[in-house]
Amino acid sequence: MKERNKHAEPEWICSKCEVPLQKGKVNVAYMQGMFPVDLHKCPACGQVFIPEDLALGKMAQVEKLLEDK
Amino acid sequence: MEQEELRKLEDQCIQEHAPACAAACPIHVDVRAMAAEIARGNLKEASKILKKTVPFPGIVSRVCDAPCEAVCKRREAGTAISIRGLEKACIDWAGDLPQKIAVLPGRNKSVAVVGGGMSGLTAAFDLSKKGYSVVVFEMSGNLGGSLWNFSEEALPRDVIAGDLQALEEIGVEIRLDVTVGADISFGDVCAKYDAVFLAPGSSPRDTFGLKLDAEGGIEVDPVTFATEREGVFAGGGARRGIGERSLIQSISEGRRAAISIDRYLQKVSLSASRIQEGAYTTRLYTSTEGIEPLSTVPMADPQKGYSLEEAVREANRCMRCECLECVKVCGYLHSFKRYPKKYVREIYNNLSIVMGNRTGNKLINSCSLCGLCREVCPEGLHMGTVCKAARAVMVNQGRMPPSPHEFPLRDMDFSNSEKSALTRHQPGMAESAFLFFPGCQLAGSSPEHVRRVYDLLAEKLSGGVGLMLRCCGAPADWSGRAERFQDVLRDFSKQWREMGKPQLILACSTCYEIFKTHLPEAVISSLWEVLDALKLPDAAVRTPAPEIVAVHDACTTRHERHIQESVRRILARLGFKVEELPLSGEKTECCGYGGLMFFANRELAGEVIRRRIQESPVDYVAYCAMCRDYFARMGKRTFHLLDLIFGAPAEVAARRGPGYSSRHENRARLKESLLKDLWGETPDGEDGIEAFRLVVPNDVRPIMEDRLILDDDLRKAIDYAEKTGIKLLNPRTGRILAHFRPTSVTYWVEYSAQGDEFVIHNAYSHRMEIVEDARP
Repeated sequence: MKERNKHAEPEWICSKCEVPLQKGKVNVAYMQGMFPVDLHKCPACGQVFIPEDLALGKMAQVEKLLEDK
Repeated sequence: MEQEELRKLEDQCIQEHAPACAAACPIHVDVRAMAAEIARGNLKEASKILKKTVPFPGIVSRVCDAPCEAVCKRREAGTAISIRGLEKACIDWAGDLPQKIAVLPGRNKSVAVVGGGMSGLTAAFDLSKKGYSVVVFEMSGNLGGSLWNFSEEALPRDVIAGDLQALEEIGVEIRLDVTVGADISFGDVCAKYDAVFLAPGSSPRDTFGLKLDAEGGIEVDPVTFATEREGVFAGGGARRGIGERSLIQSISEGRRAAISIDRYLQKVSLSASRIQEGAYTTRLYTSTEGIEPLSTVPMADPQKGYSLEEAVREANRCMRCECLECVKVCGYLHSFKRYPKKYVREIYNNLSIVMGNRTGNKLINSCSLCGLCREVCPEGLHMGTVCKAARAVMVNQGRMPPSPHEFPLRDMDFSNSEKSALTRHQPGMAESAFLFFPGCQLAGSSPEHVRRVYDLLAEKLSGGVGLMLRCCGAPADWSGRAERFQDVLRDFSKQWREMGKPQLILACSTCYEIFKTHLPEAVISSLWEVLDALKLPDAAVRTPAPEIVAVHDACTTRHERHIQESVRRILARLGFKVEELPLSGEKTECCGYGGLMFFANRELAGEVIRRRIQESPVDYVAYCAMCRDYFARMGKRTFHLLDLIFGAPAEVAARRGPGYSSRHENRARLKESLLKDLWGETPDGEDGIEAFRLVVPNDVRPIMEDRLILDDDLRKAIDYAEKTGIKLLNPRTGRILAHFRPTSVTYWVEYSAQGDEFVIHNAYSHRMEIVEDARP
């Protein structure tokens, strides 16, 4: 898992649309704040991919900061 | 929290109060800081500290009557520090050249000082430094007054001359051989100068026609030293009888009179906020328990005083008096690196902040609320009360971050949901004299114990023993959710009333505390008292186990000595010898679960558990399921008291408690099996989602535990992905990655289907919400 996260392109494809994911802007929200983030998502249905290292790293840090705002 | 309440709390913490020595010193030399510098060999810094307060350090360090030494706490562990000896070492070994004394710019006001003794000269020194023109009238041919009564050996004359030279350097005008009242009239002095300080020594020849006190001295205000005549102040030996003569007291009075004169000339209040001037008794508490007694370092040459090396050794005896009683025993208070006075201020600020970061959130949410601080605090300050009240305020303000408490609150909701909550009279009975309430954690951790205890109570007690499986609401109470807590309590209370208000038998001391506090009309007993009174168990059940065990008292029994005693009597009946941990009984420690510390600050909880389990090498006995499981999880062999009562094999002390998902399952299964076995009822049909099986490999389970992810969360995510087709696929491995947000957390699960089972490969979560995402 860890190793794979280092690659720029994820191995995941959208299972429904059967197409590779592409980078794009996605809005994420927490504690009355909304931020655009560059994430991989399905170009067809919009399904978003958040990798483990992002969820447990940067995202968790920002969550903590917003909780203490 | 109101300002006034904050001040009250701050005042209860005495850590910042002066050490006994500095408080007893009429001019408050910072002895502790000075000794600390000497101990480090830093005599120059030490000398600066001394000279900052002492006007004539050469003289004072030789002949001060040292009231500080009489109250030195070192006397309780050896002999008092030779403070005067250390002061002299500062002068002798600092190696600094005489420093230029800073003088403020002239103020165009003049002061006459009548009398060249120590109080007069101190006033002259202080006022001159403040920029006033000062003239000293001395009737004799020498300055120094009673200093000349000391022998040359005790106080060499060149030391007097050296110190007093400073007066001329800063511009004090000295008029020797001038007697005010004879050579120059008192009226002329008063007319010519803007203020007058009368310090005519211990045998005044003249009281200048001023009002006298009962002892015949000039009557003055005891705080400001003002006489009845405006602009005229009096102090020094003139005011004290013979025998009370004190060099440092005279200096102190001169200094306090100078403060008054400065205020008088600046036309501000003479009396406002003049606290702790002169000697006083400090409120600082310093324990000398466990401190190795040490005696004064002798001087190789008493004539010369301490050598540098001797002074360093003597200064090292100083205990640097401080309190920190609570910080010493509490891992939480210790971990934030300060002490309650600072903490309450930080908490207050955190609650009043409008913009900016709330840096106190973690401080507020990390406390276990266990109250050990209050037990050891000389003033009874309880940080738990402060933190708990602060949490409630944060919840009301809508400022409580969701992450610390959401998981345990969900756990509470699960315990009180249809899946695991149960209330019944004893099978075959229509009423209950008793109601056994095992608590959510015992049901989650050791459901088999719940069953055994219930069977036992039903057999031994008459009048009917009902059973109630629920959570008492402690997580809501601890986390400041007053409304949610009241909801839980209301539901409980309603059912309890419907059962005819039976006497509660509580296996968990947290439930005991909650009901004792919030349901005072209920008659409550701890399970341990009940078993103790029933003379249970029979010693026969004892299986091979260690001879000696150490009891860890649950922190919620702190003031329930009767429960603690029952536990010990039960252990004695079982044939165990009980070892008392250093902190037990009313001074017991929390296991890291109390106050939801574990969820708010996991690192700290780990540290708290580590500290606790290192207190003794023998096996522990806990009578709270959480305490037991937390200790065992960190590798400490710990029995639950019920393990011993029911004769479980010795290896159960090492078993790790079940994980979060298993706890849920245990509660649900307990309800199910009890309903079937005891009441012959079959629960309603099974929920569709729970029908499909998850396979969680051994290397994935700890990851889920660490990330507080339940099987149920993953089931929901998989169910959603399989029903909607919204999932990601790894074409190389064939694995699926799906995500789902049931309420406030998004769960990600990597899995593969195997027949009708799902094998979990990984799971993680985040709280941020993806605003645009694929919709079904």
